Amino acid sequence: MAFDSFYEFLAMGGHAPYVWSAWGVTALLLITTVWHARVEQRQLLKGLKRRARRANSARGSTQ
Amino acid sequence: MIAVKATLVRDLTLLLRHRGEVLNPLVFFALVITLFPIAISPDPELLAVIAPGLLWVAALLAALLSLDSLFRSDYDDGSLEQLLLAPQPLAALSLAKVTVHWLLTGLPLALMAPLLGIMLALPAGSYAVLALSLALGTASLSLIGAIGAALTVGLARGGVLLSLLVLPLYIPVLIFGAGAVQAAILGDGVSAHLAILGALLAASLMLAPWAIAASLRISING
Amino acid sequence: MWAFIHKLGSPKWFYGISAKLQPWFWAAAALLIVTGSLWGLAFAPADYQQGNSFRIIYVHVPAAFLAQSIFIAMAVSGLVFMVWKIKVADMAAAVMAPLGAAMTFVALFSGAVWGVPTWGTWWMWDARLTSMLILLFLYLGVIALRGAFTSRDSASRAASVLAMVGVINIPIIKYSVDWWYTLHQPASFTLTSRPAMPTEMWLPLVIMVLGFYSFFIALTLMRTRSEILRREANKRWVQELVTGQAEEAR
Repeated sequence: MAFDSFYEFLAMGGHAPYVWSAWGVTALLLITTVWHARVEQRQLLKGLKRRARRANSARGSTQ
Repeated sequence: MIAVKATLVRDLTLLLRHRGEVLNPLVFFALVITLFPIAISPDPELLAVIAPGLLWVAALLAALLSLDSLFRSDYDDGSLEQLLLAPQPLAALSLAKVTVHWLLTGLPLALMAPLLGIMLALPAGSYAVLALSLALGTASLSLIGAIGAALTVGLARGGVLLSLLVLPLYIPVLIFGAGAVQAAILGDGVSAHLAILGALLAASLMLAPWAIAASLRISING
Repeated sequence: MWAFIHKLGSPKWFYGISAKLQPWFWAAAALLIVTGSLWGLAFAPADYQQGNSFRIIYVHVPAAFLAQSIFIAMAVSGLVFMVWKIKVADMAAAVMAPLGAAMTFVALFSGAVWGVPTWGTWWMWDARLTSMLILLFLYLGVIALRGAFTSRDSASRAASVLAMVGVINIPIIKYSVDWWYTLHQPASFTLTSRPAMPTEMWLPLVIMVLGFYSFFIALTLMRTRSEILRREANKRWVQELVTGQAEEAR
């Protein structure tokens, strides 16, 4: 452990704004990309399912 | 070989008939150079320091400006399609077109630059290097730029996109071109810079025609 | 060999195999990034010169590595697409570009932030930062070109050509920028080139780099799967897959 207390860990020896902003932006970006990819996948599957259902019911009504 | 020569001659005569298109980049070059003393300061000492960079950037932008028309009229009137169907390798034919482009933009820009150098109080002893570095450099710029022009010729509004694609690729040429003029002012040897500019030109000569040909095929065949 | 390449080229096959591979890469990414972060932030010793601001290295360097690697991966995918007409390769290239641009941005941002305690300024025309900035422009160019075409096939091929042209230029740009920088700022202090880092400093860095690479692979697999669904929406196997899932859900 490079720090004696949690407070010192947060303070980063006076470099807190720099260290935490760089890490924060990186973390935010990684999390956002994963979140975006999940939303994208879900919406695509949802749209495809809706389309398939509609196609099915259309086929059902003509029979 | 005959087809390449025919393309050369045809493009030259076509462009010489539209003198405006040849003159516009030169006027643009002179205009941009006029803007800098007005925007910064007419002080000759200050201008002398920034002159190599200014001249190179302005010439680069003027060359960039002329790129959009490189394939545009041929695309519009369908002669580009003829070029694609020709039995001769498209890479050689596009090299001929790029050569014409350089002869009518890069070379005049290089010849005109010393004149504008005087107006920017460019120190003596660097004028020949300025012209030479621009002549060598703009040849690479035409070759690299033609790839971008070929990629965007099929797009309705390709102009700004073309600059976005091409400018980052221009940076090595700019570094060594402006560096050569700066080295000449400082009295350092310029042969290393010019040799690297030559190497960049050789590399673009070998690789760019293939990329241009591939890009033209993409733009034409949809 | 040829059979394998063509199997790999089939979106359906890729959709199946990537589903199996994806969890492993996500797990590896999460494990490595969490371990590396904890180690780098809390346990690695502070630098004797830069103090704790040095801990930015653990996000700056992996992001910069990834930014460059993704461009190469994108160009290789473009080449594979152009030569063998493998559509999955182009789909992968399409989803790689935004992630690469994002990573370039992270590298630039962390470099700029790191510049404040080390150089006393937000931006220096440092060789590494300058080439990163140019790389960002190259990414933006590829993304913009792909978006400018109305025909998907033209967009794919144009983006592939541009990515290949870019990848040939990247080393030239890098060397010329390095040369330019040494000419104008002789022997100044660069952020990351330093003599022999102690093990407890570079080991977390290696872990972070590996974690970022796993993240890249996992995310690319996931988004390529989405891209497959988008482009192959009218294919029978996709419709069967979707209706099958719909029945399961019921």
